[in-house]
Amino acid sequence: MCSLCGILGCDDHWTHSVDRPGVFTRNTDRHSRRTEGARRVAAANRVLSFRRIKLAEWQGTSFVVSNATGASSVFESFSHLWPEAEALAGREIDPLDDAVIDWVKEQ
Amino acid sequence: MIGVTLLTGFLGSGKTTLLQRLLTDPAMANAAVLINEFGEVGLDHHLLDRIDDNVVLMKSGCICCTVRGEVADALMNLNSLRTRGEIDFDRVVIETTGLADPYPVLQTLRAHPVLRSHFENAGVLTTVDAVNAARQVEHRAEAVRQIAAADRLVLTKTDLAQDEDVSALRSTLARINPAAPVVTGADDTNTIIARLDPALPPVPDTQDVETHHHHHHDVNEDLGVVTFSLTIEESVDWTDFGIWLTLLLHRYGDRIFRFKGILAIAGEDRPVAVHGVQHLVHAPAHMTHWPNGPRVSRAVFILEGIEPERIRRSFYAFMGLKDTKAVA
Repeated sequence: MCSLCGILGCDDHWTHSVDRPGVFTRNTDRHSRRTEGARRVAAANRVLSFRRIKLAEWQGTSFVVSNATGASSVFESFSHLWPEAEALAGREIDPLDDAVIDWVKEQ
Repeated sequence: MIGVTLLTGFLGSGKTTLLQRLLTDPAMANAAVLINEFGEVGLDHHLLDRIDDNVVLMKSGCICCTVRGEVADALMNLNSLRTRGEIDFDRVVIETTGLADPYPVLQTLRAHPVLRSHFENAGVLTTVDAVNAARQVEHRAEAVRQIAAADRLVLTKTDLAQDEDVSALRSTLARINPAAPVVTGADDTNTIIARLDPALPPVPDTQDVETHHHHHHDVNEDLGVVTFSLTIEESVDWTDFGIWLTLLLHRYGDRIFRFKGILAIAGEDRPVAVHGVQHLVHAPAHMTHWPNGPRVSRAVFILEGIEPERIRRSFYAFMGLKDTKAVA
């Protein structure tokens, strides 16, 4: 269930679509799903570290973001990553900000 | 899956007239039509005279702010009736109000847990009034958004406009949304209906690639809209791209009217087409083959109030690609 709006079965994020004809996804079998999940978390963490936020996957079904003080937040849909991370950081993460761009380049 | 076409266009741009004509074509005989009543008089409804029992009239006024739930309810109702065998239809056309932004309806189709298993987006068809559109796009942001969100544009009232005005308007449309094919309302219905088919690949215009610079943008200051295209020779990491675009749309989706891209993904032989409207990204299409021309990634953004150069820098940084070219 979506932790923000309460809708059931909402996690069909475009980056990880349900496997169906004509659609590009790596959400095809258990192995590729978990591999891509791990890659996604690693890629997100390269950006989130700018605000000292960490993302972890939990049991392949949910995500947990946490900050340096140990506060954390659990969510199920990948589409909530950035709102949840910004709420935890207390600040926005702007991909067009020079500081963020320079940070990402160094990772 | 039943295709849902969104028929949009500014007030008085001829949506209903077009719909009325299209519904007389045998190819549209099995279309279910949802129209949105605007204001107290359901004028659009009274003008539609061939809608059988397949019309559900939405009564709450503007589609943007209030009827997302009603769109969902109306489609759910259609689906129930069809499942029970009480009606049959092979496509749905939703006519929005003249001031509606197409994004919330597309989002409803994409996100609703039941609808997304039964209906798919068959594209946004925007009517553009050849007599008044030139003035509307200068003064009304909704008009620009509707044109930018279109998969296909239908020029209406061309018989009432001067030829030079029509050709000026065509060039304005090409600046706002270069990827959308334009037909005219005077074309025969087959031509227009052919444009309703979802098979139209969601890729940017491929004709200009060889003459384009690596990074190209057209700033239409008079319209407040920037059309910005990016050509990337290196293959793109799918995971990094997903993180970047998700974050970009989270922050700037309100100002990105439209984007379309065809990507050479690392490790994949066939290209992947990604397109969306504002915060919404459609399921990426795994294309069967590359279009003609060089096999490089291309993306087109239609933006308002964002410098293209910042997007380009951000893209290269997030993709871990070496950024050597400047904006042309």
